[in-house]
Amino acid sequence: MSSQTLDKHSQVKPLKPWSITPRELLPDFIGVLLAVVATLLTLDFTPMRGKLGFIGALFFYSMIATASVNAIKRDAKAAKNSISSLFIYVAAGIVVAPVASIVYTIISRGLAGFGLGIFKTDMGNAVPDSPLNEGGLLHALVGTIETVLFATIICVPLAILTALYLTEIRGRFSGLVRFLVQAMSGVPSIIAGLFIYAIYLISFKGKYSGFAGSLALSILMLPTVARVAEEVLKLIPDDLREAGLALGATQWRTVSKIVIPAARSGLVTAVILGVARVAGETAPILLTIGGNDRMNWNLFSGQMSSLPFYVWRQYLYGGELATSRAWTGIFVLMIIVMFFFTLTRLLSRKGGK
Amino acid sequence: MSTVTSKPKYEIPTPREITTKPRRSDLIFSAIVTGGGFTSLLILGLITFFLGMRGWSAIKESGLGFITGAQWVAADLEAGTPSNYGIGAMLFGTFVIALIGLAVAAPLSIGVALFLTYYAPDFLKRPLTLVIDIMAAIPSIVYGLWGYFVLMPHAIYWAKLIHRYFSWIPIFEMKDPVFIRSPFVAGLVLSIMIIPIMTAITREVFAQTPLDRVQAAYALGATKWSMIKAVVFPYGRSGMIGGAMLGLGRAMGETVAVYTVLNISYRFNYEVLFSAGGSVASMIVAKFGEASAVEIDALMGAGFVLFLATLLVNLLANLIVNLGKKGR
Repeated sequence: MSSQTLDKHSQVKPLKPWSITPRELLPDFIGVLLAVVATLLTLDFTPMRGKLGFIGALFFYSMIATASVNAIKRDAKAAKNSISSLFIYVAAGIVVAPVASIVYTIISRGLAGFGLGIFKTDMGNAVPDSPLNEGGLLHALVGTIETVLFATIICVPLAILTALYLTEIRGRFSGLVRFLVQAMSGVPSIIAGLFIYAIYLISFKGKYSGFAGSLALSILMLPTVARVAEEVLKLIPDDLREAGLALGATQWRTVSKIVIPAARSGLVTAVILGVARVAGETAPILLTIGGNDRMNWNLFSGQMSSLPFYVWRQYLYGGELATSRAWTGIFVLMIIVMFFFTLTRLLSRKGGK
Repeated sequence: MSTVTSKPKYEIPTPREITTKPRRSDLIFSAIVTGGGFTSLLILGLITFFLGMRGWSAIKESGLGFITGAQWVAADLEAGTPSNYGIGAMLFGTFVIALIGLAVAAPLSIGVALFLTYYAPDFLKRPLTLVIDIMAAIPSIVYGLWGYFVLMPHAIYWAKLIHRYFSWIPIFEMKDPVFIRSPFVAGLVLSIMIIPIMTAITREVFAQTPLDRVQAAYALGATKWSMIKAVVFPYGRSGMIGGAMLGLGRAMGETVAVYTVLNISYRFNYEVLFSAGGSVASMIVAKFGEASAVEIDALMGAGFVLFLATLLVNLLANLIVNLGKKGR
């Protein structure tokens, strides 16, 4: 008996008076149809042509269609609302377009000269017009790895100390330091290169070298690492710090044995974000490492190359083959950048759980 | 016979002195950390000092003309002409392309930020955020080459259309129809490069709009757009302005991407579609290779001016964003 009533009830569909019925969608559908038809007619009967003409006309007619449909269904306010919605959707679409185009270009043009051979040789015996199977970018890859690695070694201690000052010491100048770190993240990359040129190559009579490039990169890396590290250290609850102090530990021991281990994965993320930020920097590299077509393993003496520098030089050579090499360089560079990018995402997702 | 010895097995420790005086390890720790905390101050100070010192001779020689001049001539010993270094045209060009970039990027970034906070269905939010993050991660040289090889053919076509229909506006007119490597193209590339930071800041501020106000607006019968106009924009004003200024700062300092898509020319050119423009940062790279020692000093001076300008824009932008946050 009771089960019967239950069955009966379960067959009754719950009413959803707010849901959209097909009948209500009809005017919108007619609007879309009219917009497309009007666009096609316009393209046929006016001098507007091509993709741009199609998109422009479609946008224009969609605007009119959605506005008039909403004006008929409701009022002028709804019409305005629908126009602004259309603009916002289109903005989102426009922003995606260049990224899609860039990714497509990198893959399609980069793969042309890509092969395992490029990781085996340098450009020492190749000229700009050499066929693609001669010459490689091993020297550039090694240069990038060495300069970025050494920049990380210089920058990370300083950045972590800055973050610790902001979260642990919380001194009188915290506001100022935070402000300066923010300001530093806006310093143009060329200025970092110019600065290292002025201080290292002119004032200290240094020579072009990978080391000078590392110095310039570490300046650009510092604000990124310091800011992310600060955010990470802020997330460590104060209870942990107080527990450490209550057990009689000094602040040094609390920080080194409790706070930093607790924040370890976040700090690693901060460092990797910094690496991803500077791996593709070009302008400071152009002014500091000097460039080289041959392999140079030594970071501290002799001119070096690096992937951005390699791409830059090949681009300036011009010509079909050199340009193809430039795109291959970009392809390899983007693989490195995207590797670190993905790594930070995976790490931060794991930390969030 | 067992005797209870009064001697205790362990010595009772003397009570520890209770003090608020930090231990030596803590003093060292706090000294090192405080020292490290001032790295950014040290670096910014050193940049100001060294670039200023190097550039001072050139700036002093040209005087105010260094900022306003439009010539870049090295001294010619045989002809006996003095050097004349002025970055006025380059500064002007920098602002022109940065403003074009801003004009394109600002509406798009605000649109995307609104889309992500109020319009996007849940399944679109994550991919779109990912796309914006990737945009921020792409190195500027990639934007440069893509801008030159892929975007510029399209941009030239757009520029021709603009020129045909809007040449009655002074900035869109031109005497010689040369569209390649114009400030317009450079501005478009810059706009793509500054969208991520503007979107990030704007979105963060939009997301902080108090929910009760949003719902109050809906309860009064507002449409989504009137809610945004009445609640989100007033609350997010500081974020939008600050984000736009941060974008402006980035655009002003962009070097490699601008160099590839801009024809650098030493004159004040306001015809944005014409193939002549300037950018301080790109000029430094362009001139650096074959510069004499004196010219390098002048380039340092140019870098010094650019550094101060971007620092000023960034400080103002951060101030506006932070004040807006505090105002809540």
